Amino acid sequence: MRQILIIGAGPAGMSAAMALAEAGIRPIVIDENTLAGGQGFRQTNPDIDLDADAIYGREYGRYRDLHSRFRSCLDKIDHRSSTLVWAIHDRKAHTFNDKGFSEIAFDGLILAPGATDRLMPLPGWTLPGVFSLGAAQVALKDQGCFIGRRIVFAGSSPLLLLAALQYHKLGARQLCVLDTTPLHHKLRAAPGLLNSGRTFLQGLSYLWALKKRGVPIHNGVELREIEGQDRVTAIRFCDASGTEHRLTCDAVALGYGLRAETQLAELAGADFRFDHRLRQWLPRVDENGRAGDCLYIAGDGAATGGAYAAIASGTLAATALLGELGMSQAGKNGAHLQTQVGKLRRFQHHLATAFRWPHETAQTLPGHTIVCRCENVTADDIRTAATQAFGPVELNRMKAITRCGMGRCQGRFCSAALAEITAAACGKPIDAVGRLRAQAPVKPVPISTTETALR
Amino acid sequence: MTQETETIIIGGGLIGAFTAYFLAREGHPVTVLEKGFVGAQSSGANFGNLRLQGRDPRQYPLSLRAQAIWEAFETIAGESFEYDRTGHLYIARNEKELAKLEHHAEIARQHGLDIEMLATAALTQRFPYLATDTLAATFCGRDATANPRLATPVVMRAALRLGARIVEHCEALSTVYTGSRFEVETAQGRFMSKTLVNAAGAWGGAIAAHFGEPVPVFSAGPPQFVTEPFPHVIRPSMQMVNGSVIFRQIPRGNVIVAGYPRTASEADGNRTFVPPGKTLAGMEALGAIVPLLRDAHVIRVWSGVEGYLPDMRPVIGPSRTQDGLFHAFACCGHGFQIAPGIGAVLGELIRTGQTNTPIDAYDIARFRDQVPDSEKFIQEFDNRAIIPAAR
Ligand SMILES: Cc1cc2nc3c(=O)[nH]c(=O)nc-3n(C[C@H](O)[C@H](O)[C@H](O)COP(=O)(O)OP(=O)(O)OC[C@H]3O[C@@H](n4cnc5c(N)ncnc54)[C@H](O)[C@@H]3O)c2cc1C
Ligand SMILES: Cc1cc2nc3c(=O)[nH]c(=O)nc-3n(C[C@H](O)[C@H](O)[C@H](O)COP(=O)(O)OP(=O)(O)OC[C@H]3O[C@@H](n4cnc5c(N)ncnc54)[C@H](O)[C@@H]3O)c2cc1C
Repeated sequence: MRQILIIGAGPAGMSAAMALAEAGIRPIVIDENTLAGGQGFRQTNPDIDLDADAIYGREYGRYRDLHSRFRSCLDKIDHRSSTLVWAIHDRKAHTFNDKGFSEIAFDGLILAPGATDRLMPLPGWTLPGVFSLGAAQVALKDQGCFIGRRIVFAGSSPLLLLAALQYHKLGARQLCVLDTTPLHHKLRAAPGLLNSGRTFLQGLSYLWALKKRGVPIHNGVELREIEGQDRVTAIRFCDASGTEHRLTCDAVALGYGLRAETQLAELAGADFRFDHRLRQWLPRVDENGRAGDCLYIAGDGAATGGAYAAIASGTLAATALLGELGMSQAGKNGAHLQTQVGKLRRFQHHLATAFRWPHETAQTLPGHTIVCRCENVTADDIRTAATQAFGPVELNRMKAITRCGMGRCQGRFCSAALAEITAAACGKPIDAVGRLRAQAPVKPVPISTTETALR
Repeated sequence: MTQETETIIIGGGLIGAFTAYFLAREGHPVTVLEKGFVGAQSSGANFGNLRLQGRDPRQYPLSLRAQAIWEAFETIAGESFEYDRTGHLYIARNEKELAKLEHHAEIARQHGLDIEMLATAALTQRFPYLATDTLAATFCGRDATANPRLATPVVMRAALRLGARIVEHCEALSTVYTGSRFEVETAQGRFMSKTLVNAAGAWGGAIAAHFGEPVPVFSAGPPQFVTEPFPHVIRPSMQMVNGSVIFRQIPRGNVIVAGYPRTASEADGNRTFVPPGKTLAGMEALGAIVPLLRDAHVIRVWSGVEGYLPDMRPVIGPSRTQDGLFHAFACCGHGFQIAPGIGAVLGELIRTGQTNTPIDAYDIARFRDQVPDSEKFIQEFDNRAIIPAAR
């Protein structure tokens, strides 16, 4: 029997696993989290009595359905949780968990590693009390706590609205949403968004619910600085009319849309292309998610699409992989799924207009702003390096010279901003400065697996 | 701008950079052609060791000359590449390894180096973080380290200030000798010169073969990794005699680690992947010798594309088939340390036709006959099949 490995047990990985299980194949599904669900459908912590219904709202039915279907398939799926895939080499995945290091050979691979928040730095963003939007959601769903009492959701993303609403439903009261995209961009994107009626209406419902609950939402703001000595005490911003405001707060959740997790794809041998609308490098996949020989990428790790696109693309990838391995007839409803995934991902392109990545901010970022929080590299460090003779004009060289992206996170949090600042400083288009090369480990692994090292 | 000059150097690694610097310093017109970015290949990816201990005995004159230049160059350039006289510790765990240490130490002393021999007690007292099951170690305080990511651009800028011309993204596509001069074709036009230097690193074999002197060069790299930063406690760079692990802690706090066996580069010769098994082996060896590092996390692995030859000696010196052509390539894993020496020697050879630094051991003519695999080669590679058959 040939071995199929799925990395990631979010909506994409779960649905791929279920499709394989249904076809009588027992896939291995690995995820570093303890519970299946990934980001969008993260399970609320079973040890805390959290109101999942309130958190998920209209999505609750879908959420419950996905998890109960997955649980009912668990005897046909080898689900290995709390396990990190730290390298892929020679058609083997190298794993690490509390039992140590191990490897898994595979004949077919489906990558479903999802995405993380894309961040644009601003002065003060490394202060304690500033979280990525995702971390703010994890705090809520996994630890049952709020990141603060007076919380500002800042950046530009529909998830700002969603997260603010989830916080409010669970009792947080001092909330504010600061969105950097002007209202007229949102209106311009509306016709395109209308094409995917249901998701659009869902987004409007968040907006409406927040308004009804009295949560202030400002569009078209310019974020100036997060203030504080030892932790966040306020955020300064300009509103759309240019008036400056100072808002007292003790926590900020930042997010500007999503950034696909692509290191595993690169290690597995995928090619990359620059997506101008999402303004990021993505693995090159065909309409089934195929990126190479028996290599598929599903969900947000291939291109931002949200939970429904993740579910559909997971099934699609599983079906196509079975066909490629000669283990089934080519997918019966493949064409239908392709249309669905395509439509949902196109919706994201319109969303990228409504909730813009404010890339030009990189040009005007004050020089002392820390860009790389692991290595304390500032915007001016990058600009200065770029103007030297033989100075770096490409991201891997910029990293080599300035250490930006060389720390624990290996650029997962700073590379989007690093690319924008480098491009602006060199006067080059964004896709001409390249992208940071991925290497193992995908996330840090301890030198030794003795008891102490495993904490 | 005229594309005609006295000397063209193919390859903008550290060897090309120092050669350009020493020529330009004497007012000699020189142009460096680099296919990618300056110092982005082996010279920018290496471990950064400037070690004098344990070298091939024939290399000491070149090596010592190079070290003196390293010691002075930050002042000359007015820029830092994090040169640091950290000293280097060679660690033995058994009698056989100790015998090797004593042998190395004796040779190094003959060349005037001060080598301390430390028995276990002295060793663990001075470096309390080392495991206690070591047998002995030698320490040389003149051994040093530098930051390879910074070094080549710094040397190139020094050459630039002296009038050298350096052209990036300019691959030498073909090279001919017309009877009176070399003509190098590139996408940026034709470059012409009286003298040509082949400093193309792992890619130097193609140029040598083109002039009728093929060598069995192959591309490979050692597995390397780096840990997250933590307080700076490990001062010298350290190496197990058996090559299982070589490591140093940089002032920022990260521990940089290398080891053998090395791995062949990809078929296109542009990248060397690190097999995860080799990383795990290096991690185990590191945890065994410095137990406190067991809690540290590895954050990245990498390697580089380096040219090796089965006798583990570089090719340095004049071509034996073409007047006006000089080679300096395939440095077999130790070219970072000797690069300034090579640059100084080539500068002399090109301008005056002679040098007082012996480089006979690196003559390309040795490959006219079958060259046997050196012991070092056998120890440091796990796969002999990577040597090309062409001789
Ligand atoms: C922070 C954040 C919050 C979001 N919130 C919502 C929301 O509330 N509602 C909504 O509809 N959408 C939300 N989204 C969008 C979300 O990305 C999609 O809805 C959906 O979760 C994407 O599914 P996926 O399966 O592609 O990826 P994910 O759901 O992100 O799942 C990927 C999984 O892969 C695992 N993984 C990744 N790399 C490795 C590795 N190397 N080794 C082992 N495991 C690995 C991760 O642990 C994760 O569980 C959010 C996205 C993010 C990033
Ligand atoms: C991982 C690793 C660790 C190492 N550790 C050490 C160490 O600790 N100490 C030590 O002394 N040495 C070490 N070395 C070896 C050392 O890095 C090299 O020997 C040295 O950098 C060689 O310099 P170079 O200029 O010859 O080569 P390179 O830096 O490779 O430069 C050659 C240049 O030529 C260019 N080129 C090639 N063909 C053409 C063409 N046709 N046209 C134009 N340009 C061309 C290439 O792009 C390249 O930039 C290590 C090597 C590696 C890979």
